[in-house]
Amino acid sequence: MNRVEGVAKVTGQARYAYEYPVEGVCHAVAVQADIPRGEIIRVDAREALALPGVLAVLSCEGAPELADTSDYELALFQSRTVAYRGQIVAAVVAETLEIARQAQRLIKVTYRPGEFDVRLTGTHPGLYRPDKVNPAYPTDTGQGDVEAAMAAADSSVDVTYTTPALHNNPMEPHATLALWEDGDLTLYDSIQGVSTGRDSVAKVFGLPPEQVRVHAPHVGGGFGAKGSPRPNAILAAMCARAIRRPVKLAVTRQQMFSFTGYRTPTIQRVRLAADAGGLLTAVAHDVVEQTSRVTEFAEQTAIATRIMYGAPNRGTSHRLARLDVPTPSWMRAPGECPGMYALESAMDELAIECGLDPIELRIRNDPATAPESGKPFSSRNLVACLRAGAERFGWDGRDPRPGIRREGRWLVGTGVAASTYPVYRSPCRATARVGPDGRYTVAVAATDIGTGARTTLTLIAAAALGVPVERVTAEIGDSALPPAPVAGGSMGTGSWGSAVVLACRALRRALDEHAGAVPDTGIEAYGDTAEELAGQQDFARHAFGAQFAEVRVDTGTGEVRVSRLLGVFAAGRIINPKTARSQFIGGMTMGLGMALMEESVMDHEFGDYLNHDFAQYHVPTIADIRDIDAVWIEEDDAHLNPMGSKGIGEIGIVGTAAAIGNAVHHATGRRVRDLPIRIDRLVG
Amino acid sequence: MRPFVYRRATDAQGAVATFEAAPHAMYLGGGTNLVDLMRLGVASPDLLVDVTGLPYDQVEETPGGGLRIGAAVRNSDLAADAAVRRSYPVLSQALLAGASGQLRNLATVGGNLLQRTRCPYFQDVSKPCNKRDPGSGCPAREGEHHNLAIFGHSASCVATHPSDMAVAMAALGAVVHVEGPGGPRRIGMPGLHRLPGDTPERDTVLEPGELIVAVELPALPYAARSRYRKVRERASFAFAVVAVAAALDVADGVVRDCRVALGGVAHVPWRAELLETTLRGAPATRESFVVAAEAEFAQARPLRDNAYKVPLARNVIVGVLEELL
Amino acid sequence: MEAIEIVLTVNGDERRLAVDTRASLLDVLRERLGLTGAKKGCDHGQCGACTVLLDGRRVNSCLALAVAHQGAEVITVEGLADGDDLHPVQRAFIEEDGFQCGYCTPGQLCSAVGMLDELKQGWPSAVTGDDDDLGDEPSDDEIRERMNGNLCRCGAYAGILAAIKEASR
Repeated sequence: MNRVEGVAKVTGQARYAYEYPVEGVCHAVAVQADIPRGEIIRVDAREALALPGVLAVLSCEGAPELADTSDYELALFQSRTVAYRGQIVAAVVAETLEIARQAQRLIKVTYRPGEFDVRLTGTHPGLYRPDKVNPAYPTDTGQGDVEAAMAAADSSVDVTYTTPALHNNPMEPHATLALWEDGDLTLYDSIQGVSTGRDSVAKVFGLPPEQVRVHAPHVGGGFGAKGSPRPNAILAAMCARAIRRPVKLAVTRQQMFSFTGYRTPTIQRVRLAADAGGLLTAVAHDVVEQTSRVTEFAEQTAIATRIMYGAPNRGTSHRLARLDVPTPSWMRAPGECPGMYALESAMDELAIECGLDPIELRIRNDPATAPESGKPFSSRNLVACLRAGAERFGWDGRDPRPGIRREGRWLVGTGVAASTYPVYRSPCRATARVGPDGRYTVAVAATDIGTGARTTLTLIAAAALGVPVERVTAEIGDSALPPAPVAGGSMGTGSWGSAVVLACRALRRALDEHAGAVPDTGIEAYGDTAEELAGQQDFARHAFGAQFAEVRVDTGTGEVRVSRLLGVFAAGRIINPKTARSQFIGGMTMGLGMALMEESVMDHEFGDYLNHDFAQYHVPTIADIRDIDAVWIEEDDAHLNPMGSKGIGEIGIVGTAAAIGNAVHHATGRRVRDLPIRIDRLVG
Repeated sequence: MRPFVYRRATDAQGAVATFEAAPHAMYLGGGTNLVDLMRLGVASPDLLVDVTGLPYDQVEETPGGGLRIGAAVRNSDLAADAAVRRSYPVLSQALLAGASGQLRNLATVGGNLLQRTRCPYFQDVSKPCNKRDPGSGCPAREGEHHNLAIFGHSASCVATHPSDMAVAMAALGAVVHVEGPGGPRRIGMPGLHRLPGDTPERDTVLEPGELIVAVELPALPYAARSRYRKVRERASFAFAVVAVAAALDVADGVVRDCRVALGGVAHVPWRAELLETTLRGAPATRESFVVAAEAEFAQARPLRDNAYKVPLARNVIVGVLEELL
Repeated sequence: MEAIEIVLTVNGDERRLAVDTRASLLDVLRERLGLTGAKKGCDHGQCGACTVLLDGRRVNSCLALAVAHQGAEVITVEGLADGDDLHPVQRAFIEEDGFQCGYCTPGQLCSAVGMLDELKQGWPSAVTGDDDDLGDEPSDDEIRERMNGNLCRCGAYAGILAAIKEASR
């Protein structure tokens, strides 16, 4: 089914946060610290305030107090501390954007700079063991004796991979429009969750949640960067309150590299041991990553290794360095994405060591139950994905020898990697209503950040109600609707859809009671998944997939082109094939960027991400995407949710970089273990 | 952005006179780089003299068999010009290798020549940069420079010139026509751009108030077979890591003449004169191309992290010359 | 601040207004004329979300100063459809799912319309061979190269390519 908001989006009628027409709205612009660590001595705003059209300057000097300062990133101007370069230290509000921007450069902040450390290394003296990793996984796990298994192995690999910091870079920069009315706050915000966003903002301002309303009917992408309110939301609200007028603020693309989150860089050691038959005897994955000085974010990089392959001896660990950097955060498949790059690259290396086809190696080590927990899988179709993909891609008969296929100036190679992502679900509520006109409306405070949620929920409701989709409307993107979890963790459709189904079933029962007659006031019914979720059986619930890449590498220049990319996924029941395919392919496209070009470069001298725009932080263009496709295996899994679906927003990016890296090795014989696979790492 | 006065000029003399009346005037072409730099705070003119309305929007054949390209011609028009495609394909290819369709529709020939470096430090006003703020230092030299210069850099600047078009023009020996307070003059390329030395704030030899009005391409019949090849970090829409503009004149298996210029390697479009000298009169073979390229790169001085550009550029040169055989 | 009065014809309507010399065409469309279809994704010509048709050609409106385009004719995404009758490119984007979040979409659409016109005029691209016929149906490679200036972070490129092919028929 086509996207229900398709016409609005192609005609420019779909409004995003910054775009709501509000009488008398003013423009705020943020001023950022240009030291990575220290104290603010003075903020001199005189020149800015003297500029006609400037309405206010906010900073630590005389800023309004916030009720809750537990989240450093949101506790704007509540202290004189600078914890990273690019932190917001002041803001200016003006009648027009042009004046605000001019005034921004007139604000002079003086600092007492401190010693800083922004360099992540595998031997950083400050490495420590966090109590848990995101969101609540054990930091370390272990069974058996990995060292002994490595020593006794017939084949083994002990390799270290690195991935750089990556920035989500949704196309719509974070933006907020804030209005206060009689002490109530309304925000039009570019955010992935309106209910949780409302609660966070209310907490910061010390307001009861019902005095805050967050609208986000259309969100221009997020990929985790808009998973919670970012400083822009608080700043716009503070400015609006200060000048008693509506204020809007859009983060610039450059600023997005400072305070809207990013994926931590990682240093990952993977050890794999196998016996003569290619059965794994040990799997170990040890990760070093960074967090900020002010907030701990511990990416769950090695957790996929806990469920992927069977082996009696195993271990995973995460160690963090606290640096004077912005706090890393969620970026599409935090954990699985960089972690599976390392594991699936190492599996390719092991296959070569064992003299086995990399698909065969994975099939031989596919576990019957979750390797560490021993739980049964609700469904696991990795092997089916590998087999179906091999057939579709033309894998059979692949000559494993690297560096021997030449087409003109190109060396050609193919690679494979597995994908996985957990099935999460959070409690959610929804209502379903029918009017006397026979039109149905389901309402849930979901957000559509490009996933197709509005469309999918319409389909789910129509199916649950047993009515044509044309008679159903899904209302989302408003915190006044029944509370819902964030569009994150690939759990949106599973969580929201379950509540919608419950509400629709209740509405059908209510309709039956009315014998089908709808009163003038309509009928409304309610669904809440909390109870159903609490009663779920204990299964290991994960989606799986297999990705196949064909690359061409220019022998003279090291340029890499991905000529074919195929993903085969097993993710429960696919509710809307059209938008699902786009989700998978979109993730794979971002994975291609990770493999070949994306990299946020830390400026070690000045302490920020140096390449902070789209000319320097390269994301794939349409010219980088050649033959790309995603297909799926229908799974019938009764242990998931009423729709039988698994999440699909993130799994597409998991494994792509490994498949491409493995293909580059097959093409050239070169194993690049540091992403991205830039030309300077292949040329010469 | 600082406030500025906007004036639209209708002729070159008027433009120059208007320019001279303000202390920090700049000429505005398509604005694709200048507006970008103004928004970053890198450029802060108090007067913009819009020169896109000047009568320099034509591409005309010259009596000597060359082309005269008005400075206000848009990049997309120049790339699509039939005479350019026929006689100087390297120029059309260079233009099309640069930027995006949207940017080429705005960008002018004059503005393209005067683009400023995309060195990350130059573009960030919160950091030192000798080019932007003379005497403040060059963090790129010891910092992030994996895509910066390998030729002709100095202690004060290791930036590269970003234009593709200028590389092709340098190879073709284009002549830049200038009007200015001191009257008209002509500057032969690659002489328009200068190496950074101690004064990296000056990208070109233009004096304040001087305005590019045209670029003349001299007749070069063998340039009808010429090529531009650009290597970058994604398939399209990125600045060059290395680019090569080349034309080759071969008779009886011997190189009679050749033109080779490089982009992405220096503060200027780098005309490979040593390579050209070495190649003239040599057999037109891969071996000769390799020897000539090696001669050129003997003078390269790569920085800590950009030595890969030497084999890369050499391979691209050899590949392009082979294609021109 | 210097304000200059300009006249623009936007989607067929003549609009007269005084603008700050610093205002981009994009900000004038979005903040002054209420036409928020054109998007601000980078404000530096690096993403293409702001693409509009300016005097018939696709341009990055974020880098065009409004004062420099006195008298210009501007078509934004809001002006592509003929009333309720969508432009073929718009229809194809919906049908081929050529977008997800929709934020790059107005720029993609205006760019595609401008690009198809450039093809019609026989303009070459970096992938056009000497003997290529830029006739009715552009190759995939031609479309990919010509649409390079419109980034889509959702990765809807496969759908965008299919949509433009469909619309070019």
